[in-house]
Amino acid sequence: MLVSNERKGRFIHMETRMKRKRKACVNVNECVACGCCVKVCPKGAIQIRKGIAADVDWEKCVGCGMCARECPASAIEVQEVQV
Amino acid sequence: MKKHWYDYMWIVSLTYLILGFFNILFAWLGLLCFFIPLLISIVGGTKGYCNRYCGRGQLFGLVGGRFGLSRKKDIPKWMKRKWFRYGFLIFFFIMFFQMLWNTYLVFAGASGLKQVVTLLWTWKLPWHWAYHGTLFHPGVAQFAFGFYSVMLTSTVLGFITMILFKPRSWCVYCPMGTMTQLICRVRNGK
Repeated sequence: MLVSNERKGRFIHMETRMKRKRKACVNVNECVACGCCVKVCPKGAIQIRKGIAADVDWEKCVGCGMCARECPASAIEVQEVQV
Repeated sequence: MKKHWYDYMWIVSLTYLILGFFNILFAWLGLLCFFIPLLISIVGGTKGYCNRYCGRGQLFGLVGGRFGLSRKKDIPKWMKRKWFRYGFLIFFFIMFFQMLWNTYLVFAGASGLKQVVTLLWTWKLPWHWAYHGTLFHPGVAQFAFGFYSVMLTSTVLGFITMILFKPRSWCVYCPMGTMTQLICRVRNGK
């Protein structure tokens, strides 16, 4: 059986185990869009979208957690996600 | 990471605070910290000021981060709630307008110039040494005293939360930050 992988727009087998990776996740309700995370990200994976909240590019994020440690609102958490 | 010219804005912020000890009229320059973020958010629709140019944030980041003068603990949950952030913004505005009213009274001649800097809206610190007269109306100086009070108070608050929580904890409840985020929300329709 085939399911679509929305992120890449390709088809993958259901039996194939989805990869679980650690990525930075932003709580947009708590994010104050100050940009501290942007400054410390070694991969340049974060940007402040429209002055509202931080947005992490999971393609670039390596889950190091520097942003989570820096965030003054503690609005970023590194979580295991399926990518 | 490559350093940009705007990574040194903390020097400007620090200089501003120091100048206030020598001549209070320099306090007027602080208006830039009010108008630039507003302009960037209204015209550009971003929080570019917080993200790049805010010298105060950089100063906290430097002292709390590089020099380690911070416990680096999570800020309490209630301090990042909407009601607290917007409540603080409103409180700040009320205090700001009260300061403008005091300035008006001096301009109108209804009260004399008070050479004090009010810290945390409560303590009146004598500040006469930084006043050497003004070429204009005493009201100009009154505004400078009032505005410097606002700037010094917020810096002191910022330093307290920097030590207690994370270096840039001030950013969480900074009235300018809250206001520009609100403007961006409205402007970008979210």
